[in-house]
Amino acid sequence: MEVKPYGDARNDGLVQLSFTLPVPESERARQAALELARKMGFQRCQVVHMKAMGPDFTFFVMYGSTSHSIDPDLVTVTEREFPLLTVPEINRVIRESLKRRLVVVGACTGTDAHTVGLDAILSMKGFAGDKGLEYLQEMQVVNMGAQVDPGDIVEVVRREQADAVLISQVVTQRDAHIVHLTQVREALQTAGERERLILVGGGPRFSPEQAAELGYDRIFGRGTKPSEVASFLAHRIAGPVPA
Amino acid sequence: MRAFERPVGRLRIDHDAVAECRELAAEISADVESLARSNTTVSLERACLRLVGVDGVAGDGSEAAPTPNLVVDRVRSEVGLERGVLIPFFNSVAQGGRGIQATAEAIAAGEMTVSWPPERELKGVLAAATAEALTAVDRVAAAAQERTARIGSVGEAAKPWFYEIVATGNIHEDIPQAQAAAREGCDIVAVIRSTGQSLLDYVPYGATTDGFAGTFATQENFRLMRAALDEVGQELGRYIRLTNYASGLCMPEIAVMAATERLDMMLNDCMYGIIFRDINMQRTFVDQHFSRMVHALAGIVINTGEDNYLTTANAVDAAHTVLASHFLNERLASVAGLRREQIGLGHAFEIDPEVPDQIALELAHAQLVRECFPDAPLKYMPPTKHMTGNIFQGFLLDGMFNLVGALTGQDIILLGMMTEGVHTPFLSDRDLALENASYIFRGAATLAGEIRFEEGGDVERRAAQVLEECCQMLRKVAEVGMFGAIEAGMFADTVRTRDGGKGLDGVIRKGESYLNPIVDLLSDRVGATR
Repeated sequence: MEVKPYGDARNDGLVQLSFTLPVPESERARQAALELARKMGFQRCQVVHMKAMGPDFTFFVMYGSTSHSIDPDLVTVTEREFPLLTVPEINRVIRESLKRRLVVVGACTGTDAHTVGLDAILSMKGFAGDKGLEYLQEMQVVNMGAQVDPGDIVEVVRREQADAVLISQVVTQRDAHIVHLTQVREALQTAGERERLILVGGGPRFSPEQAAELGYDRIFGRGTKPSEVASFLAHRIAGPVPA
Repeated sequence: MRAFERPVGRLRIDHDAVAECRELAAEISADVESLARSNTTVSLERACLRLVGVDGVAGDGSEAAPTPNLVVDRVRSEVGLERGVLIPFFNSVAQGGRGIQATAEAIAAGEMTVSWPPERELKGVLAAATAEALTAVDRVAAAAQERTARIGSVGEAAKPWFYEIVATGNIHEDIPQAQAAAREGCDIVAVIRSTGQSLLDYVPYGATTDGFAGTFATQENFRLMRAALDEVGQELGRYIRLTNYASGLCMPEIAVMAATERLDMMLNDCMYGIIFRDINMQRTFVDQHFSRMVHALAGIVINTGEDNYLTTANAVDAAHTVLASHFLNERLASVAGLRREQIGLGHAFEIDPEVPDQIALELAHAQLVRECFPDAPLKYMPPTKHMTGNIFQGFLLDGMFNLVGALTGQDIILLGMMTEGVHTPFLSDRDLALENASYIFRGAATLAGEIRFEEGGDVERRAAQVLEECCQMLRKVAEVGMFGAIEAGMFADTVRTRDGGKGLDGVIRKGESYLNPIVDLLSDRVGATR
């Protein structure tokens, strides 16, 4: 069934939007904003707030009713390909599959000095109420921190006999995050370590669809919780579950 | 609207404990001070060359290197740096007779050898070096005088000062953004550095347009932004302050560039590089002492980085580590000649809004810092960790941050962006942030003077607890010493070893005949310990 945004009545289509035009505040600016909103597919548009931001810009808050609708049953979604497991379940899967602890090496690479994403996934305290991977008894975590060279990652992967590698990129510009993840994958490939590893990338600018293009086993985007990463690792080492 | 005043004496705290913290900080920093006195670094020596006028780059493309680096490297390999770079350098100047920059270029190109002067000529070379050092140090002091004069003629901004960040990567885009921010009410512009610059062991050259998530700190970029802010300050009748980062491997050189280009504030923390950038601790402490002497003479206000402790740790559990670091930063700044009014200690509003009494706890922390450091131009940082992408909730959280800042008399307010953690701020994000802060500081100006905290109440008890935990922590640090404490991971749960991290190869133990008239003159002028 087709639906529209819900303001205060079903299918009224009301949407709130705000934006800035590089135009001095004036009646002309207001009309330009209204006309632009109509071009965006909004009807019954109202500018409820207009404010000059310096001599050259104007900020608008607007409402309009969209002319579009959508059937949620017909959109395509990438469903999570693995079940979310609890901490005891993950520990049990690792024990049964490996008969030893799972070794995870994590690092931020390239110019990025921000470890907030990596720490959220790895460190004991975790993120959003979820404990980090260090909390899992059956995981041995090596957190290499920020600005680690791909060569150093390879060295630690070998020394620790890592099962999984987690690469994080938070702050990026002009696709540096793509370049840096690729460099790590290439270094692992050159060293002959790539195939036996579970290679995972993550950061707010990534989406799961990029895994194939980057040559990673899984890419996690904004808001990923440690339990999702841990469940994925457990899923991969357990292998395909018989139906 | 009531004029800004720092509300001190509103919260009863244990002043004996505060005095003990200061004594412990002095005891702890003694090792750091003696390390800083007995060593030099490649960057410190390069900074001295820059001060006497060496600049420029040699070579092209990826082969290009700054002339100060090339000269220091040549002196290091041919003479050694144990006695400093200035005497060998001025020996070459005397021999070649072609002036400072031309001599530096000749040394860099390998066209001149460098050597320590023979005994009979040493006195003359030292006299020449001292004359240039005097001019250089006078130029640093002149920047402070020029700032005072400009503020006198243009007009001083009313406190609190609103602080905003630009970070386009391109200095020519930063400039209109910074000017727009000033026109909207911002008093301090900070140009974020390109990600990774802190780990470069050289300072890039010229106007740059290719930074990542920030703009490279270069002398030319400093000069361009300074001129732009002077221009807009003139237009607005309000002096606009400029901030950058004296941190990382080139801390002394950046400090020198900032001093001569009349920057007003510099991020400069005693442990930030060690803990968060894995820069060697010896390198950091030596570089820091020198850079802080430069800042002291240039009238620059330093901003310390304790807010960073809270972006990784739990802001309630780690509150005392912020305070402990404040005492250490204050001590290490004072011994480098910085006056109390130049020590802008940093802290942050980072408690999880889900925690009951979050606002009361933030008030307790902010007021405690105010009471412990009544003369410091405190810098208060907005929430970042609990900004979720719900921009409406985020806007409210920033409002609460502003309110706590207003009630506790924080001098420098870094404006919170409701889109923190989503993207680098839109033009409208900055404008809305200023609207939020202006409203709260206007609306709560009188209220700040009315606030007293109840005796034995929650705020007072929380402040007492943080102060006590801080005191306990400093006692433990004093037992093992500063280096031991960092090696034991006592700050931000991060373990750093004395010989680990980046940049140790650039630390050189001073020989007995180390001669550096710039360091001597600077120490004398600012009253730093020698």
